[in-house]
Amino acid sequence: MVMPQIKEVVGPDDTPAADNAVVARGISKNYGDVEALKNLTLEFPRGQLTSLLGPSGCGKTTLLKIIAGLLEPSAGEIEVNGKPVTGPGPDRAFVFQDFALLPWANVLRNVSFALELRGVPKSEREAIAEKYIGDVGLAGFELKFPHQLSGGMRQRVGLARALSVDADVLLMDEPFSAVDEQTRRKFQEDLLGLVQNENKTFIFVTHSIEEAVYVSDQIAILLPRPSRVSEIIRPTGLRNKDVDNIRRDPEYLDIVDSIWASLRSYVE
Amino acid sequence: MKSRSFWLKILSATVLFGAWQIAGMIPVSYAFPTFFESMAALVRMAGDGTLFQAYVETLRPLVIGVAISAVFGIGLGLWIGLSSRFDWLFSPIFIVMQAAPLAALIPLLVMAYGIGLTSKVFVVCIMAMPVIVLNTAGAVRNTPTSLKEMGRSFLASDAEIILKIIIPAASPVIFSGLRLGISAGFIGAILAELKITPTGVGDIITYSRSIADYPAMYAAIFSIILLAVLFLNLLERLEVYLFEGNVRGYASD
Ligand SMILES: Nc1ncnc2c1ncn2[C@@H]1O[C@H](COP(=O)(O)OP(=O)(O)O)[C@@H](O)[C@H]1O
Ligand SMILES: [Mg+2]
Repeated sequence: MVMPQIKEVVGPDDTPAADNAVVARGISKNYGDVEALKNLTLEFPRGQLTSLLGPSGCGKTTLLKIIAGLLEPSAGEIEVNGKPVTGPGPDRAFVFQDFALLPWANVLRNVSFALELRGVPKSEREAIAEKYIGDVGLAGFELKFPHQLSGGMRQRVGLARALSVDADVLLMDEPFSAVDEQTRRKFQEDLLGLVQNENKTFIFVTHSIEEAVYVSDQIAILLPRPSRVSEIIRPTGLRNKDVDNIRRDPEYLDIVDSIWASLRSYVE
Repeated sequence: MKSRSFWLKILSATVLFGAWQIAGMIPVSYAFPTFFESMAALVRMAGDGTLFQAYVETLRPLVIGVAISAVFGIGLGLWIGLSSRFDWLFSPIFIVMQAAPLAALIPLLVMAYGIGLTSKVFVVCIMAMPVIVLNTAGAVRNTPTSLKEMGRSFLASDAEIILKIIIPAASPVIFSGLRLGISAGFIGAILAELKITPTGVGDIITYSRSIADYPAMYAAIFSIILLAVLFLNLLERLEVYLFEGNVRGYASD
């Protein structure tokens, strides 16, 4: 087993290591004879945003779906709040790369769909959905159908749906990869606000180095062949900085460079 | 947008009926009446109640057969689409049924079920069911994986995934199967009346041909086509009503 080396980029870690919302222990996953994940161990501190960063095909989605309980690992165990995961649960909510909205349902029904599945009465769930539709900036679009919205707005619907169930852990699979660059930057800022204001743990898959450094408390770099966590980076110093200046910060640029240095050999 | 498609429909109907009128006036065949002669016959038969009585006869096997085909066809299609074992077991039957020459099967049906309503309902079902089953099964199999995963991750039960995700997602293709199936059912109902026992609209067609009243014959054929078109339009309304975003979503994406 390849042990992840923990690299402290800036100063000592000031959060005590004890409180993890999610722990992945010795996770392996084989699809036939494809080894998507091999003996992966990783901890996700509570209230923080952890990015899974790596080239495509290194098993990021696979790991996220195993944490969600949508896939069974071939070996190993996931713990959420200290309890082993056996399937999907109310403590986790998923934001999908392709949004996964119901095309026949309007924004209001899409956002309240998760609550509908939990048997929340119609008036109550629509009131909750209204609140989150407002929070993600879609007030006034309640009666629009997904095909009438831009990609960025569709993902806001997906985000509102995930927030509506008030889960402890938010699992996001490349949520911004299908939206345009400007919208993505706005999303990244909003995400930082969300991490600060909501007391939730975020697990965020991305293949963008800049995005990972910009939004993360902790970045796990995944590498393929064999699949493993090669490095964990905590850009702690950046988190206290003003969001407008992060991208100009020398620390930000250094971390981006050092991650690129360790990834470049895997990009053909 | 809507009025444009409305005027296009009017235009294509005018062109079609105009061509019919001209072909009748040439005439292309002594047995081919003009459009206006046929419409006059239609009005006459509608007026004296002949047409009404005929449709009471014809619609019975048609409605029963289409209802059976829709309910069992969609049910069976769901089952086949959800379970690979049932796919393996049943799909070949419907593919064969779809390809079978119906006229050759009618004598067998008559031997087994006589010349009454049962045989006619069977003919309608044989015509209508396969495309409904095969479309439904295919659509169910092709439900986007991420929608099903979304349902599971938000704790949907298996029944909820079927009712709230798979069926609505499959509905455009199910409805197109229904449309094709119902059109085929109309053909089946008339075929049964022509090949088994002449009743209803089939009787008007057979009888008026035998006495060389060709306008009446064409009027009867025209009326059944008109009815089929009206019915299919109604079905489209139902689809828009049930799955509004779906219909527009698929049309514009
Ligand atoms: N359902 C599947 N069947 C077979 N192989 C799969 C399946 N899903 C993913 N894989 C393989 O597992 C590896 C990891 O996939 P994935 O987790 O989607 O990677 P990532 O999200 O990092 O791009 C890839 O090599 C991919 O081809
Ligand atoms: Mg992926």
